[in-house]
Amino acid sequence: MDTAEPVYIAGAYEHPTRNAPDKSTEQLHAEVARGALQDAGLSKADVDGYLTAGVPEHEDGLPSLTPLIMADYLGLDVAFADSTDFGGSAYMSHVGHAVSAIRDGKCDVALVTLAGRPRSAQQATGTGVRALTAVQDTYERLYGATTLAHYAMAARRHMAEFGTTSEQLAEVRVAAAHHAQYNEHARFRDPVSIEDVVGSRMVADPLHLMDCCVITDGGGALVVVSDAVRDELDRECVEVLGHGEAIAHHDAGRIDLTRTGAVDSGRRAFAEAGLGPDDVDYASIYDSFTITVVETLEDLGFCEKGEGGTFVEGGTLQAPDGDLPFNTDGGGLCSNHPNRGGMTKIIECVRQLRGEANPEVQVDADVGVAHGTGGSIATRHGSVTLVLGGEDR
Amino acid sequence: MTWEPRPSPVVTPENEPYWTGGLDGELRIQRCRDCDLVYVYPRAHCPDCLGDGVEWFVASGRGTVYSYTVAHQVAGWPEAELPLVNAYVELDEGPRLMTNLVDCDPADVAVGVSVEVRFEPSEDGAFAVPVFTPV
Repeated sequence: MDTAEPVYIAGAYEHPTRNAPDKSTEQLHAEVARGALQDAGLSKADVDGYLTAGVPEHEDGLPSLTPLIMADYLGLDVAFADSTDFGGSAYMSHVGHAVSAIRDGKCDVALVTLAGRPRSAQQATGTGVRALTAVQDTYERLYGATTLAHYAMAARRHMAEFGTTSEQLAEVRVAAAHHAQYNEHARFRDPVSIEDVVGSRMVADPLHLMDCCVITDGGGALVVVSDAVRDELDRECVEVLGHGEAIAHHDAGRIDLTRTGAVDSGRRAFAEAGLGPDDVDYASIYDSFTITVVETLEDLGFCEKGEGGTFVEGGTLQAPDGDLPFNTDGGGLCSNHPNRGGMTKIIECVRQLRGEANPEVQVDADVGVAHGTGGSIATRHGSVTLVLGGEDR
Repeated sequence: MTWEPRPSPVVTPENEPYWTGGLDGELRIQRCRDCDLVYVYPRAHCPDCLGDGVEWFVASGRGTVYSYTVAHQVAGWPEAELPLVNAYVELDEGPRLMTNLVDCDPADVAVGVSVEVRFEPSEDGAFAVPVFTPV
């Protein structure tokens, strides 16, 4: 990729709300779009590409109409649009697709937005049986299989195969909570201990309540720009060094609950960046559940398969001094998860690389990874990995 | 730990034998005659070679627990029937199938435990849902 035109994230904005009972989802999209454009120093008229997925309150089997609905609402005039929907990891995919579109000359300023209101809508996220959107869902729905149960089955298998313990999974929540105490917007800001996590209510054995992400309203947006646009901006930007995606699924009944699509998306993203896990200073890892993080760390190559539990022990993930600081905003486990947590993973990675993270958790980072897992690792999921680089790299 | 009758599945020409098999006490799954893949869930085309030389056969109904969870909170599931055991069962024929484990003490369930199929009727009575119980 050395010869490819560099493409940058110039604007990033996370909505401060975690509870928006008096706003529409579309309104949140508009507020984060405005925030990200202001952050970049650009105006709406500069936008010629738009990417989004899911208007969760109104999902009715027509997700492909989302960019039409939202471009109408926002009054956008764009030459490129994309609605790739991998669930929570869609927004990482959008960044990768925006990079390609910009390199192809299809657009110069691509806006990516996410908004959701599951908290105000009182959605039974996690403990609800997913709505039927495809015939395949019937093979899961009939069994009362919730998203939480899916990930709990992954955790159980990981424990059975590799000896991973509940205390090791708890290390992930402890690190996230440690970071969240410095984030004034985080949903839960109290530090917790391993004992607190394993002592919290068992919701789907072996996962406890504190192994699960929060349910919030909120959203975020990004502005991806060409090299030429970046030259005109008075703004520190983050380069998109690599992008990789993969879809993993039942595999005709050969599903491996200990292996995620991150094996493939990570390999592809690192290859494109010409970098490897050893080069990474900071990691934003989709944390729908603590087990998601442990499996993803293994699959991205930060440790061997099966050693994720040992890897996270002893504060590895805690900023600023851990070997691999992660989710320094508190992540989905403690800060923000508006149905879909991929967007906030990118935003916090951008903050770290621009030196704009909360001071207590700011690390000296030149290279960051943002990784998303959308859907469910126990059925079908889209994994997307971004490798991002700071300006002074 | 049961939910009887079960909601009716989404039935298509592709999967209809799967959902009616239980009415005859049969766990019907598919095999590709061309590449020998035994697979779930039902498809008119082999998910490995995309050929349409697939056939139904009656599986043994036996397998082992590949993984499981004891779910204590499930929105919409009858409170009296919690906890619910969700599981992946690895059939003796190879494929791993999502299901419930029923008629057992959750404390007795473990990865690797041997299980056997049984069937619960759908609410319209026209179909049957395969579930498993430890043997």
